[in-house]
Amino acid sequence: MKFIRIKDCYKVYKNGVAAIADLTLDIDKGEFVFVIGASGSGKSTLIKMLYREEKPTKGIVEIGGINVGKLRNRTVYKLRRKLGIVFQDFKLLPKLTVYENVAFALECIGMKGNEIRPRVLKALEHVGLKDKTRSFPNELSGGEQQRVCIARAIVNNPKLLICDEPTGNLDPKTSKEIMDVLDAINKDLGTTIIMATHDKEIVNRMKKRVIVLDSGVLAQDHEKGSYKSSEAF
Amino acid sequence: MRKEVINQVKPFRIIIRSIRDSFKSVFRNFSLSMASVICTTITLILVALAIIVTVNVNHVTKTMEEELTIVVYAKEEATPEQVENIENRINKISGVKDVVAKSKEEWKLEMKNYSHTLEVTLDYLENNPLLDSFIVTVNDVNNLAPTAKEIRTFDGVESANYGEGMVEEIISVFDVIKTVTIVIVIALVLVTAFLISNTIKLTIFSRRSEIEIMRLVGSSNISIKLPFIFEGFLLGIVGSLIPVIVAIYSYVIIYEKFGGSISFGVIELVKPMPFILYTAAILVIIGSVVGMFGSSRAVRKHLKI
Repeated sequence: MKFIRIKDCYKVYKNGVAAIADLTLDIDKGEFVFVIGASGSGKSTLIKMLYREEKPTKGIVEIGGINVGKLRNRTVYKLRRKLGIVFQDFKLLPKLTVYENVAFALECIGMKGNEIRPRVLKALEHVGLKDKTRSFPNELSGGEQQRVCIARAIVNNPKLLICDEPTGNLDPKTSKEIMDVLDAINKDLGTTIIMATHDKEIVNRMKKRVIVLDSGVLAQDHEKGSYKSSEAF
Repeated sequence: MRKEVINQVKPFRIIIRSIRDSFKSVFRNFSLSMASVICTTITLILVALAIIVTVNVNHVTKTMEEELTIVVYAKEEATPEQVENIENRINKISGVKDVVAKSKEEWKLEMKNYSHTLEVTLDYLENNPLLDSFIVTVNDVNNLAPTAKEIRTFDGVESANYGEGMVEEIISVFDVIKTVTIVIVIALVLVTAFLISNTIKLTIFSRRSEIEIMRLVGSSNISIKLPFIFEGFLLGIVGSLIPVIVAIYSYVIIYEKFGGSISFGVIELVKPMPFILYTAAILVIIGSVVGMFGSSRAVRKHLKI
């Protein structure tokens, strides 16, 4: 059984904009997949449907056998606890330290205090920020803030990491560092990663599976693809 | 087995965490917390004032109403059996609280004690010119008129009067005062609820990113709402402290300064204990409940429920 199964999926917003049309897609456990496409191609909508911020208008979006489109609003949290989400704008709480920001994700799900500490430190070690636990987000560089965001996303040992343009606000050098962290998580922890991006260089360098969306339609799907092989976009 | 234990412990842990976070959050968002507290304080002082005025107005009207009685006189030629019959029939009227009989002899004795002239005059007369009477009190002041009307129909009754005209006027004025003060209290409570919940809404709006992150990392709706509900409760309690102190001290001081009544003893004030403690409890309850509901409603807007 495929880990992620998207079948005949449509998403039409209330204002009539068709963001996703007839999308069918399978992703295996442990894959690293780039989702690329121009602005308005449906990347973000696809990502949002995966963490059930949006519901498909028609069709199936299944993660680990759960049809996330059918989840009721008040039970969505159960899905989110199995996912890690990384955002372009980091979404860190400015009044909490690095440690507290990462621990926040575990506290929110009611984990015991003595279980939280080792997990947070392990996650921060993974992203190379073990020595910055007491810093506040405004004391960190953009790359470091994104690492905190990644640490928060993986602290719950998710099977799936969803990244919405995580390098969008970062310079090329820092972007590369972030990608190295994500690659290591994918290889070491076996976490499936789906990443929406605009960053041509990253896609070319990583040689991972590339899904190209064009006006909400699946335009291309390449194993070990790159921007060059998706010139249609 | 272990999973069951964990599931039982989790809600308890979430509640403890919510209480801890609500305290933390009050201090982290100090300026907005202060805004909520000040808003609550001001409106609750107004509510306290309205409650004190309303209860005192009610007390005054009730006292005055209790003093309203029907004075019934038996006819001069009424036999002792007839007089006794009148008393029995009055007692049987529904809504009659008390009947105090006063015979013509008792009147004579009382009047003789008033002055020497009266004593001499009454002793001079062969027959007692005074009438047997009854002072009738009723449960509800609105029963005065119908009760007096019914008594007038009894055999041997000369008159049954309660100060017609003036009493009706007093009653209607009291009714208006009561209604107005109750409407003011209700309006103030609603205004308090509106102001407190609006201030809390502002506080929560400024923290919508926090709520968004909580949702995204997998917090259930209830565990997102709980810290805010506790926070609203806490702010409501803190906001009601000053009104409680102001209400208790100022009322006790006013009561003692005026010796329990104002306007030359015409208006008697309600005794401070336990009245002012009940008022304090009402203020704390309004503050905390409105705080909790205000927070809960405000957070709900940011959750996809």
